[in-house]
Amino acid sequence: MSLLQVENLATHFDTRQGTVRAVDGVSLSLKKGETLGIVGESGSGKSVTCYSLLRLIPEPPGKIVSGKAIFDGEDLLRMTKRDLNRVRARKISMIFQDPMTSLNPYMRIGAQLIEPLLIHKMCDKKQARERALEMMHAVGIPDSIKRYSMYPHEFSGGMRQRIMIAMALITKPELLIADEPTTALDVTVQAQILELIRKMQNELGMAVILITHDLGVISGFCDRVSVMYSGTVVESGTADDIFYRAHHAYTRGLKKSIPSTQEKGSKLYTIPGAPPQPIGPKPACAFAPRSDLNFSEEEARMEAKFLEVQPGHWVEVHPASVENYKEYLK
Amino acid sequence: MSLQDSFLQIQDVRSWFPLRKTLFSNKQTQYVKAVDGVSLSLVKGEVLGLVGESGCGKTTLSRAIMQLIRPTSGKILLEGKDLTLLPEKELRAMRPNFQMIFQDPFASLNPRLTVFDTLSEAIRVRHKLRGDKLKDAVGQLMIKVGLSASQMNKYPHEFSGGQRQRIAIARALAPEPKLIIADEPVSALDVSIQSQVLNLLKDLIQSMGLTMIFISHDLSVVKYMADRIAVMYLGKIVELGDATEVITNPVHAYTQALISAIPTLDPKSERNRNRIVLQGDPPSPINPPKGCSFALRSWIPHSPKDAEIDGVFMEIKTGHFVEVHPATVENHRRYLPDSKFETQ
Repeated sequence: MSLLQVENLATHFDTRQGTVRAVDGVSLSLKKGETLGIVGESGSGKSVTCYSLLRLIPEPPGKIVSGKAIFDGEDLLRMTKRDLNRVRARKISMIFQDPMTSLNPYMRIGAQLIEPLLIHKMCDKKQARERALEMMHAVGIPDSIKRYSMYPHEFSGGMRQRIMIAMALITKPELLIADEPTTALDVTVQAQILELIRKMQNELGMAVILITHDLGVISGFCDRVSVMYSGTVVESGTADDIFYRAHHAYTRGLKKSIPSTQEKGSKLYTIPGAPPQPIGPKPACAFAPRSDLNFSEEEARMEAKFLEVQPGHWVEVHPASVENYKEYLK
Repeated sequence: MSLQDSFLQIQDVRSWFPLRKTLFSNKQTQYVKAVDGVSLSLVKGEVLGLVGESGCGKTTLSRAIMQLIRPTSGKILLEGKDLTLLPEKELRAMRPNFQMIFQDPFASLNPRLTVFDTLSEAIRVRHKLRGDKLKDAVGQLMIKVGLSASQMNKYPHEFSGGQRQRIAIARALAPEPKLIIADEPVSALDVSIQSQVLNLLKDLIQSMGLTMIFISHDLSVVKYMADRIAVMYLGKIVELGDATEVITNPVHAYTQALISAIPTLDPKSERNRNRIVLQGDPPSPINPPKGCSFALRSWIPHSPKDAEIDGVFMEIKTGHFVEVHPATVENHRRYLPDSKFETQ
């Protein structure tokens, strides 16, 4: 039974330049307790996908155009605001990228921590305080009683991200969405925070969606991985599928362009060009202009298909994105 | 390496910032010791990678070398001339020799100047060119960094992040410098764009014979770019050596933790990996702990008394320098046989 099932989600933004197809037909599924990584470059739509799930997209200019997101048997995209507020923070929590800007600078840490408990009337203020102190201890904040009444500016970046995690997990949610939780942090602190998320996941048995642009972060952390490019998922499978048996030319290019995989002194592999602007009509294959595969103009116009090439391993198959595509497109 | 060979010589540079005194306090002024005694020397054509966490003083050090802030003490010799002693006017004449590339190409370019305006200024001043000749020179510079000369009259907002960083690189190259400090030049860029810019930098270093200090928090990038690596922690260099040597045989506990924190692309080995996870945050540079600044976060057992004694920065192998201390080097007795440290 899957905990979350997203089907064909599309979120568009109306801008002066035209409609931006930020997310354009994304499907994901997540089991209880599972960790899903979403990788992609900036502008690929990974954050918008997750914001859409909790309907955090500003409307207008944004609009969820189509799709379903079934969580616990209910469609998040069609719920009333009132029902949705019962899910937000109680069943699905979110950690944002920048711990410097996502805490309220005017509120004491303690007050921010217990807010979700009080709003959802899960316990009284005294119990909430106790629970908050417990959580602060669990995420590794020393001196929790003293720090409970301090303000965010008195905390370092790593400490603030710990507070964000404590706040997200204080309600014991079933799903945690972490949007680039370590991008703003140093490598040594990044290792601490990832360990912490993993530890809390084991304790609470929750599912995690980890959004990142860093393939290295994903590799040891996630059970399954979805690779996004220009608003769609181009490849999805287990971590092993993505790291050992990647099919899509973009996934392969991304892995090859990381310096640590390269011989010193050799030239780095680069994916030519830049990601496309998702404005205007949808191309048959968004990756075709940057692909290193040989394909004819006629082939470039062919529709791409999202196919299961091996059990659980899905790839967007197109002459520009998969070698020997004919094996799959019969 | 003798003194004459070194192109850039940094000697015991300190950059301290006084904290504001409260009105009635009669305490001594406290200082943020952002850079606290750094010595380095670079030969011509060398790329030195400088790594460390945020707040360790990498950027302050680079600004001190650039004379954007005058260091509190210490010498900075570029081709034998001490930049810290030069008066403003002579320094200005020297400035074309050393240029900087900044981290964020969205913030470091003037949005109201076209690419031509941004790039032509230095060429015009240096070569006294005008009109078509100036345009040609700017065009050639743009081609050198992988842009097309026809984009000369565009404004920065019309370019993508990677292209903007190319403009920033071109601007740094315009006065024909000998030394470039690149402060996290690729960390604001996406992975696929990052490798394009790294390739460009590498080509330019080789073709123009540039000397470079390459600052980054990403060790895998530094390993690829640099000949030597210097690891900074709380205002000091704690390890320095050949890039491959430092990455494969790190001796300082902090370097080991940094390297251990680099995620790999191999899920199987990642799952079974024993990572060194450091405890806590770096201490504040306002009142740095006495003795070894890393003792608080180190996983190597050492006595509290040892922690208060200063470490010794020494050459443990030809060209490989490490700050040796019971809290930072596991079998420190190998290097400090007759020291004042207790044994644990």
